[in-house]
Amino acid sequence: MSVVLEVQSLSKGFTMHHLDSQFAAFSDVSFDLRAGEFLLLKGKNGAGKSTLLRTLYRTYLAQSGQALFHSHHGVIDLLRAADVDLALLRRTEIGFVTQFLTARPRVSAEALVAEPLRLAGRSAQDALDEARHWLAAFGVKESLWRAYPTTFSGGEQQKVNLARALILPQKLLLLDEPTASLDVGARAALVARLAELKSNGTAMIGVFHHPDDVADLIDRVIDLTPETSQIEERQDVVV
Amino acid sequence: MTLAQNAPQLVTAQPLLQIRGVNKTYGPVTAVQDVSATVYAGEVLGIVGESGSGKSTLLRMMNLEEIPDNGTYTLDLPEVTGNLFDLDRFERRMLCAKRIGIVYQNPHLGLLMGHSSSGNVAERLLVAGERRFATLRAKAMDALAASEFPLDRLDAPPRELSGGMQQRVQLAKAIALEPALLLLDEPTTGLDVSVQALVLDTLKRLQQERQITMVLVSHDLGVIRTLADRVMVMRRGQVVEAGLVDQIFQDPQHPYTQQLVHAKL
Repeated sequence: MSVVLEVQSLSKGFTMHHLDSQFAAFSDVSFDLRAGEFLLLKGKNGAGKSTLLRTLYRTYLAQSGQALFHSHHGVIDLLRAADVDLALLRRTEIGFVTQFLTARPRVSAEALVAEPLRLAGRSAQDALDEARHWLAAFGVKESLWRAYPTTFSGGEQQKVNLARALILPQKLLLLDEPTASLDVGARAALVARLAELKSNGTAMIGVFHHPDDVADLIDRVIDLTPETSQIEERQDVVV
Repeated sequence: MTLAQNAPQLVTAQPLLQIRGVNKTYGPVTAVQDVSATVYAGEVLGIVGESGSGKSTLLRMMNLEEIPDNGTYTLDLPEVTGNLFDLDRFERRMLCAKRIGIVYQNPHLGLLMGHSSSGNVAERLLVAGERRFATLRAKAMDALAASEFPLDRLDAPPRELSGGMQQRVQLAKAIALEPALLLLDEPTTGLDVSVQALVLDTLKRLQQERQITMVLVSHDLGVIRTLADRVMVMRRGQVVEAGLVDQIFQDPQHPYTQQLVHAKL
């Protein structure tokens, strides 16, 4: 399968000016990721797993290294890409799934889920039909589809969040503990959707508190615990 | 240290708005110092900073109300070329009336408080050359409806309306001509929190439905976070940091931005 992402010597630290101090989150991380591959990040709390995902998504700014993303429009270094290029990639090729929904006042669940399709240029009715399909798939009751998720429980919000985050197939998907606070049915729907996206070529990098939720999807593991940073093959992994 | 950003590689369209190297001094006071800004079509650029940071001066330059001591301003529109700061007063007025909408924090700056609300919106269309009464009325109604103004209050003058409603009239006036650029100067400052949320929601909706390019000035980080795609942080007339909105909020680099973000409730 074709290469999607080449990460070389990636390092990230934070400078806290009010404390006049710096700390390193992770350093010198390198890996390649191919289409349809699932890479699990492991390591203790604070090892920098979520930080690595956010650095690739450019919510955090890297300090050194490069991350060459093979976009449909050519190869681009995510660490140095212009903000507008990043914004475009986030709409079309790179997805980020978190454990929290960013609900907006007076926007219904179905409109929120349909939004990525609308931004990608799909017609309103088409986008809405598909949004309803995914709300149903993740187990959101039909009576809630037109309601505002700001008032939903944490679990229901997370279902809406997943439907929205996974509705548009992306080339690269970053997963930050998406199984947290999910019931069994929604978790099964999530794993099924991830498997489907993976078999259609989406490359994934994930952080999971309980990796056994997605054990069947994992191809490779990187341990970010300092001094042990290395890539293990799937068969060596105990999850 | 972080890595320097490359020029856009995937987005090949010209930016809608480009401001280069503007300076403005008032006597001994430097309001804006060597500021540049770029906005692409469909984007929302947020500008944050405390009072006196120069953010509103910069916005008034974008509205051609304020001409800097030097620097250039271009808009990628078919009817204009060259540095817009070189236009004469009449040309500036026509360009603003037809292509740039603005919403001020203070509705007195944008509205005739004693005229009817629909009249305020229609006046903008008249300035731009519309003379047919039916078209005037239809376009004004459409803009007021899009701004979620209650249509049973069309004839009420803004001075009889609440703050939130006055902002909706300003917004309707600003979007009536479907401007290429919508400028927002603290559009929700001073409103009740619940009214503020509704006005923000209207702006967000308009932005998504009409793909309006916006520049939003606010000292309220919540407002910026809700609306902006990219953010410029200004302090003492200079831009100290610029980036994607989530990056500015979650990984601010400049000491001033860190202080600003950490001070948010």
